[in-house]
Amino acid sequence: MSAVPLHLTVALDGAGWHPAAWRDPAASPKALFTAAYWAALVAEAEHGLLDFVTIEDSLALQTTRLDGHDGRTDQVRGRLDAVLVASRIAPLTSRIGLVPTVTTTHTEPFHVASSIATLDYVSSGRAGWRAQISGRHTEAAHFGRREVPELRPENLADIDKAPLVRELFGDAADAVEAVRRLWDSWEDDAVIRDVATGRFVDRDRLHYVDFEGEHFTVKGPSIVPRPPQGQPLVTALAHARLPYEFAARGADVVYVTPHDTEQVRAIVGEVREIAGEVRDPDAGELKVFADLVVFLGEDGDEARGRRARLDELDGAAYTSDAAIFTGTPGELADLLLEWRAAGLEGFRLRPAVLPTDLNAITRGLVPELQGRGAFRRAYEADTLRGHLHLPRPASRYAGSRR
Amino acid sequence: MKQVILAAHFPGVNNHTVWSDPASGSQIDFASFTHLARTAERGRFDFFFLVDGQRLREQRGKIHDLDVVGRPDSLTVLSGLAAVTDHLGLAGTINATFNEPYELARKLATLDHLSGGRAGWNVVTSSDAFTGENFRRGGFLEHAQRYERAEEFVRTVNELWDSWAAEDLVADPSAGTFARADAGEFAHRGTHFDIGGHFTVPRSPQGRPLTIQAGDSEGGRAFAAATADAIFSRHSRLQEGQAFYRDIKSRLAAHGRSPDSLKILPGVTFALGDTDAEAQENADHIRRQQVSPQTAILLLEQLWNRDLSAYDPEGPLPEIDPDVSEDSIIKGRTRMYRDPLKAAAEWRALAESKKLGIRDLIIEVTGRQSFIGSPSRVAEEINEFVQGDASDGFILVPHLTPGGLDAFVDTVVPLLQERGVFRAEYETTTLRGHLGLESER
Ligand SMILES: Cc1cc2nc3c(=O)[nH]c(=O)nc-3n(C[C@H](O)[C@H](O)[C@H](O)COP(=O)(O)O)c2cc1C
Repeated sequence: MSAVPLHLTVALDGAGWHPAAWRDPAASPKALFTAAYWAALVAEAEHGLLDFVTIEDSLALQTTRLDGHDGRTDQVRGRLDAVLVASRIAPLTSRIGLVPTVTTTHTEPFHVASSIATLDYVSSGRAGWRAQISGRHTEAAHFGRREVPELRPENLADIDKAPLVRELFGDAADAVEAVRRLWDSWEDDAVIRDVATGRFVDRDRLHYVDFEGEHFTVKGPSIVPRPPQGQPLVTALAHARLPYEFAARGADVVYVTPHDTEQVRAIVGEVREIAGEVRDPDAGELKVFADLVVFLGEDGDEARGRRARLDELDGAAYTSDAAIFTGTPGELADLLLEWRAAGLEGFRLRPAVLPTDLNAITRGLVPELQGRGAFRRAYEADTLRGHLHLPRPASRYAGSRR
Repeated sequence: MKQVILAAHFPGVNNHTVWSDPASGSQIDFASFTHLARTAERGRFDFFFLVDGQRLREQRGKIHDLDVVGRPDSLTVLSGLAAVTDHLGLAGTINATFNEPYELARKLATLDHLSGGRAGWNVVTSSDAFTGENFRRGGFLEHAQRYERAEEFVRTVNELWDSWAAEDLVADPSAGTFARADAGEFAHRGTHFDIGGHFTVPRSPQGRPLTIQAGDSEGGRAFAAATADAIFSRHSRLQEGQAFYRDIKSRLAAHGRSPDSLKILPGVTFALGDTDAEAQENADHIRRQQVSPQTAILLLEQLWNRDLSAYDPEGPLPEIDPDVSEDSIIKGRTRMYRDPLKAAAEWRALAESKKLGIRDLIIEVTGRQSFIGSPSRVAEEINEFVQGDASDGFILVPHLTPGGLDAFVDTVVPLLQERGVFRAEYETTTLRGHLGLESER
C-alpha cells in the first residue's frame, strides 16, 4: 500500500548538529564561512527534491550552557546571518525553499518583513522564515535595550508559566502579526504605471497596517511591494503549550520534538486542539513536522560507530531536544512512515554531520521513500508554498479602499 | 594620473528614474538588479550602490504616488547579487538610527564573507518621527545627536569587526581547536550603546567592510573625515566640487590619515548621444519625462510648503509666498531649501526673465549636474573632474531601470580605458582593493 507523500526538509547548521561534526574526516571546517560551502549543501538538498532547508541562526555564539559563554575552543563557534546566506544561495538554486531563522526578540519587525520579502523576490517565491524568540541574557546584552535575567534550567521546567517567556512569546506573536500585515500592505496590483495620470502606484492599494502591540507599534505600509508568494512561509519550533499556541496563531508549519510514536499522537493531538481554539480559520491548516537528528549508515553498526567516535571526540554523549535516530536510510523510512501514520505531515531532519548525513538523506532516504510511493519524484511546483500545497493568499486588505 | 573610481547606482525611488519610458523595467524583480550589476561588472566598475528609505514618502498627507515607489531590503538583495557577480563591490545605504550595531555588524560581515570581500555600507543618519513610526525605538533624535549616535555606531561596529582576529579561526581538526578562547569578545560602554559579550562572525575578508558617508553639514564632514573610506557627495559641479574636495581632504591629517585614504564620489547623471547636439536633445527629453506636469507641482510644493494642486503646471508661479513654518508638507524626505523666501524670489526672477511656466522652471532649477554629450566629451569631462581634484570618481545615477548603464559601459568606459585612467581588468578581488585602500586585516 502506498503511503500519503510526506514533506521532507533539512535543518542546516554549521558542520552538522553533532558538536564534533567539524572534526569528521568528511567535514570542511575551514569553509564554514564561505558561500561555496552553503551553495554545495543546498544544491545537494535540491538534488534530493526536498521541500526546503532551514538555516539556523542566533545572536550569540554557540554554547554548551543554557545561557552564557562557555569559552570552549573545541566546538564550532561563529555563525553567519541566516537571511543573507539564504539570499546568497537563492540565485544558484531554482526550486528548493529557503527558510532562515530570525529572532523576533531583538529585531525590528519592519526590517524582518522587508528582508524576508526581499528573499522571496531574490528566490522567485521560495522564501520562508523560522521565527524564534531569544530568551537568553547573553543575547540581550548584545543589544543593551532590554534587561533579561540569566536563563536557568529551573525557568525552563515550567516555561508556560515563566513571566519572561510569556512576554517574549507575546512579543513574538505581535512581530509575526505585524510582519504578515506588512506583507499584505501592498495589494498585488498596486504598481499601475499610469502614464496618463502620471501615477506609478495606486495609493488606494497601499495600506497602513497600524499595528499596535504591547512593546511596539508599526505604521506601514511596507517599503517592499507584496512578495511573489504573497505570504512567505512562516515556521516555528515548539516544545510546549505556549509555543504551540504561538505557532497555532501565526505559523504555517510547526516543528515538534516527539521521541516515540505515542508522543507523536499526543503532541499532534494537543497542537490540533490548540489550533482549533486559537487559529484563524482563514489561515488554513497548520502543518506539523517532527524534528529528528539523524546519523545514517549503510548498516546500523556503521552509523552507531560514527556516532560513538564523535561522542568520544567531544568528550560527552550527544543529547538533543529532538529524538536522535541512528541507523540505515531504510530503517529511517520505516520510522518516518510510522510517525506519518500517527498524524505528522512531514519531517525536519537535522543531519548530524555535513555533508555526510545530508548525502545519506538525499541519496539513501529519498529513493527509499520514493520506492514506497511516499515522496515526490520531481518538483511539482515552483514556489515553497506550492511544494506544501498551500494556496497563494489574497492580501487581507484587497478591495478595502481607503 | 589619478585613476577614476566608478560606482553604479540602481535607479530607484526618486523623480530621476523615468518609469514611463517603454524601456523601463521592474524596480523590484531580482532580474533588474542582476542586469545592472552585471553591466557594471562588465564595465569593470568599482561598486554597485543602493540608496535607502524606511517609510513611503508622503506629501500633503498622502502617500506619494508619482515616482517609483517600493524597493527591496538592501543587504538581502546585495547578498543575492554576490552570487551573480565576481568582482563588483556591493554597497548599501543603511540607516544608523533604525538599526542596532550588533545586528548590522553581523549582516555586513556576513555579506563580506559571502562576497569574498566586496561589502560596503553608506552610513546615513536621517531620522524623523515620521520614519520612526515604523520602528520599535521610534526615531526622533536631534540633529546634533544623530551624528553623535552615528559616530558611536560606526565606532561600535568597528569594534565588533575587530573582535575576531584573523588567527582566531583555527579550524584544525587534528589539534581539536576550532576557535581561540577569546574570539569575538567585546565590550562597548558608551552614551548610545552599552553592550558586551561575543560577536558571532569571524573576521571577514576585508576585515572592515568599506564605510561611506553622505552628510554635508559641519557635523557630517567632521564625522566623514574621522571615520569614512568614501563620501557620497552632492557637490558635483567643478568649482563647488573642488572646494568640497579641498575642505574634506584638509581635515584628514588631524586624524593621522593620508589624503588618499578617503575617496570623494559625487552622485551624477549623464545623457549620451552620437553627437553633443543629439545628447542635449536626449537630456532635454529625459528631463521632461522626469518632471511630468504632476511632478512639477509636487516639486514646487516642496519649496512653497503649501498645497498648490490648484495651480496650472504650464502657468505662472504662485504670487503667494512660501510657508516657512516648521511643519513640512513633505514627509520622508529632507526639506531641501534653507531659505525658502530667498529661493522663491530667485525662481520668480528666473521665470520672469526666461518667460517660463511652472513646469519649465522646475525642469530648469531641479536638475543636478550631469555629463551630457558624445561619449568622447563625457569621457573627457569625467577625467577633467578627477584630474582637477573636483572628485576621485563618481556614483553614476542612470535614469532607466535596468538598462540605463548599458550605453555608458559600451561607449564611455572604453574611452576612459584608452586614456589609461580606468582599469581594463580587475586587479584585485576586494572592494577596498579596487579603491586602492588598505585591507583592514
Ligand atoms: C548625496 C546624498 C545622498 C543621500 N542618500 C540618502 C539615503 O539614501 N537615505 C537617507 O536616509 N539619507 C540620505 N542622505 C541624507 C544624509 O544621510 C543626511 O541625513 C543628510 O545629508 C543631512 O545631513 P547633513 O546635515 O550632515 O547634510 C543623503 C545625503 C546626500 C548628500
